[in-house]
Amino acid sequence: MIRTIQRSGTAFAAVVLALLAAPAHAESGWHLLNMPVGVTELSKKIYGLHMMIFWWCVAIGIVVFGWMIWAIVAFRKSKGAVANTAMVHSTKAEIIWTLIPVAILVAMAVPSARVLIDIEDARNTELTIKVTAYQWKWQYQYLGTDVAYFSTLAHESNSARELQSGIDPATVPNYLLDVDNPLVVPAGVKVRLLVTAQDVIHSWWVPEFGMKKDAIPGLVNEMWFKVDADKTGRYRGQCAELCGRDHGFMPIVVDVMSREDFDAWLTARKAAVKQAAAAPSTSATIS
Amino acid sequence: MATHAHTDAVHDDHDHKPHGWRRWVFSTNHKDIGTMYLVFACTMFFVGGTMALIIRAELFEPGLQFVDPQFFNSMTAMHALVMIFGAIMPAWVGLANWLIPMQIGAPDMALPRLNNLSFWILPFAFMLLLGTLFVPGGAPAGGWTMYPPLALQAGDSFPMMIFAIHLMGASSILGAINVVVTVMNMRAPGMNLLKMPLFVWTWLITAYLLVAVMPVLAGAVTMLLTDHYFGTSFFAASGGGDPVMFQHIFWFFGHPEVYIMILPAFGVVSEIIPTFSRKPLFGYESMVYATAAIGFLSFIVWAHHMFTVGMPLAGQLFFMLATMLISVPTGVKIFNWCATMTRGSLTFEPPMLFALAFLFLFTIGGFSGLMLAIVPADFQYQDSYFVVAHFHYVLVPGSLFAIVGAVYYWLPKWVGRMYDQKLAKVHFWLSAIFVNVLFFPQHFLGLAGMPRRIPDYATQFADWNMVSSIGAFGFGFSQLLLPYIIIKCVKSGAPAPARAWDSAHGLEWELPSPAPFHSWETPPSAAVIARGAEH
Amino acid sequence: MSEPREELRRANARLGARLGLMTLGSFAFGFALVPLYDVFCTITGFGNQKALAQASAVVPEVEDDSRTVTVEFVAELPTVGNWVFRPVQGSMQVHPGKLYQADFIAKNLTGHDTVAQAVPSIAPGNVAGYFHKTECFCFTPQKFSKDEERVMPVRFIVDRALPKHLDRITLAYTFYDQSIGTGS
Repeated sequence: MIRTIQRSGTAFAAVVLALLAAPAHAESGWHLLNMPVGVTELSKKIYGLHMMIFWWCVAIGIVVFGWMIWAIVAFRKSKGAVANTAMVHSTKAEIIWTLIPVAILVAMAVPSARVLIDIEDARNTELTIKVTAYQWKWQYQYLGTDVAYFSTLAHESNSARELQSGIDPATVPNYLLDVDNPLVVPAGVKVRLLVTAQDVIHSWWVPEFGMKKDAIPGLVNEMWFKVDADKTGRYRGQCAELCGRDHGFMPIVVDVMSREDFDAWLTARKAAVKQAAAAPSTSATIS
Repeated sequence: MATHAHTDAVHDDHDHKPHGWRRWVFSTNHKDIGTMYLVFACTMFFVGGTMALIIRAELFEPGLQFVDPQFFNSMTAMHALVMIFGAIMPAWVGLANWLIPMQIGAPDMALPRLNNLSFWILPFAFMLLLGTLFVPGGAPAGGWTMYPPLALQAGDSFPMMIFAIHLMGASSILGAINVVVTVMNMRAPGMNLLKMPLFVWTWLITAYLLVAVMPVLAGAVTMLLTDHYFGTSFFAASGGGDPVMFQHIFWFFGHPEVYIMILPAFGVVSEIIPTFSRKPLFGYESMVYATAAIGFLSFIVWAHHMFTVGMPLAGQLFFMLATMLISVPTGVKIFNWCATMTRGSLTFEPPMLFALAFLFLFTIGGFSGLMLAIVPADFQYQDSYFVVAHFHYVLVPGSLFAIVGAVYYWLPKWVGRMYDQKLAKVHFWLSAIFVNVLFFPQHFLGLAGMPRRIPDYATQFADWNMVSSIGAFGFGFSQLLLPYIIIKCVKSGAPAPARAWDSAHGLEWELPSPAPFHSWETPPSAAVIARGAEH
Repeated sequence: MSEPREELRRANARLGARLGLMTLGSFAFGFALVPLYDVFCTITGFGNQKALAQASAVVPEVEDDSRTVTVEFVAELPTVGNWVFRPVQGSMQVHPGKLYQADFIAKNLTGHDTVAQAVPSIAPGNVAGYFHKTECFCFTPQKFSKDEERVMPVRFIVDRALPKHLDRITLAYTFYDQSIGTGS
């Protein structure tokens, strides 16, 4: 049923679009209907949970909407239906439709709790990166090293997103989802993020990683992810908590590299920092 | 102004009503005040709707075409504040004013002067709130949730917004007190609690929720104010405060607030469906208990709005389970409504159409609500368009459709004339179709990763945003039919009988149409109550 | 006729007044939530981070050398360029039950005498109840004269009751210069 709704929605929108002769976009988003499965251990579990609840809802929906439609079709006055005014109460029925939902809830809650416990298990992380949010950029600090840098909206997107910029966003590669310096992490490694903020609350979210975490000034939150070893590549996300004027313009890009590539990258970064550092290293002052 | 009220219109004086502007400014009559509430709500609905259309116009295509991001943020914050405190809540208070005295056999509300005051606070509150659009720094742009520290970055609008919220809160608290006193003390002899119509029941529970949580909001925003101006640090980490604490306090108010907006809708639907099914409401008592259960549960689920702030496992589990539990009494209600229709004799006049749309679409909002309760999945959904879709499904085809359904149901009683039902059906179909075009694609957008409250988006989100915007304009403009239909009805509708719908039960239908200026000067007889109370 | 009316009016006023009192009660409850929040955090294991800013009376415990926990130190500055603030060591391996000392270095670059307050935070948050500090520079505001550089100690014990599923704790300090408005 949902499929049909989606399909008819798509068809309707396609017709509307054709009518409006809207400019064709470089990449169409019609296929974007569901949560990404993601590339981490947890994102797949979360996706599985999401689909499980979704199908439960579809099943309940079939029963409830089926009942409503049946009632609307079968008991029309115009078809000669006569009301049974004595039918006002049934303790048995009411107990049944209290207990069955409770049973379904238990069936949903148990696997949810299991995934939650997995999420909370932050043992054996190999790399800690501190993520600090600013209005409106991210800073990544590789703890235990002097490697730290800011990550801001890429220049091309930044010019195109000005009010009436005259630049067609469709011509900008990865419009609003591109940064100057992406976060770099190794694949197949349990990476821990310490998320905090300097000014207001932000939220670090990469949908492919399955999770977001609020960045709160004065508090340090932790989250972790482990990208599958074969899922190297570039993943994109955005700040998810309203943080002021440019909330929509502080994207997150993560480069997931193989372990070797990552080590080489980090070594190069460390060397660059050493070279640049005339003054003694100050991990907390902003380089 | 209220101090002069009694000299002009002591409510239990004789039947002549004052004329001209005095009738309205000094009014202590529940019907006149109800009308003012409803007109005010309708006005604010179009103000808030205009803001929504500004938002959807900007989101029609990627790129910034019309407004600055800061102004866009103001629009999202103001749209929410205006719709919640200016449209939905005053509409419910207006309906309570019109209906509760008629439904319980009372001549008027218990505290008529307070009633006048509680209405007349509102225009001042909204002059202040809407006035922020014209001050340096612009209107509040930190979301209606006002999370610090962001909310504290506002300019001159900040104290105006806080004061406006204090006034709105005071207004709804006074309204709620009046409802409780009216229901508790003014019922006609023989109208005991379990004979009351469900609209009265749901409003009684709503009123208690209001008295319990609106002052908490007042406290929270007062703390924001002192943090900003008087050097306290309730929420500033630099002074030993905690910004997350604001979220806890806010949502301690905020979640019951959600039910404040939806419980009376349950009441309205519980009146409309039996009438047009020609059958008493199924499971009246379980409906009352389910409402009370929802009211109680609403106090212990607040943290599900903030799963991503970093909570320990035990907290997440507790709030997940408590939230899931709410679907049980809500489910009982849905099933009871279905059972009411079963073996009935259904007709589909405009109020019934809106009630049925409520039934279908509120259930969809319920499903997404259940999904949002699942904490691990919520880590994805939180602050995405999925949440936007969810609460709009609950509030628009939920609360709003119930309000419109209520207006179409009781309008003949209020004005003594029948409205153009054909046109009202056109209004219904346009609303029901466009509301889905508007909000259904937002589920897809959220799941695909579009955060809420952003003025511009990546190009892959363009298609569904365009559909959603088309729906928004369709929905918004179709709503203009509502005031047109009402005005046409008042001016030239055909006279309506006392019982405007042949199978309508309840004391209000025992009064002539239009209802007399003072409802039940003499309490209804036991026989009348018995006839009216066949729920 | 007017007698019962008068009585009803009085009853209404009484109930209205009672509800008014309830409103005041709710308003007071809103403020009571501030201290209650700390209590709530402590009881529910939410982790009362405010307790981190106070010395805890720790009963000396027996060291548990069968277990090693990594404690990471993080320094945060809300303002750029006015201060140097960093941990001397990035992390330590500790045994629960044993007293350790870690040092942070701060240097005042503001160009004038000032006072700064360190605000502690711990991750994961619910560890707050298992992290005891006997001495910390965050307990009191720290006076710094112009260009002064100072090493500041924190002495702590990780509770032996620390939940088994944890092997890493992060202790973070945000260093707020009291002479600069930082948002409040």
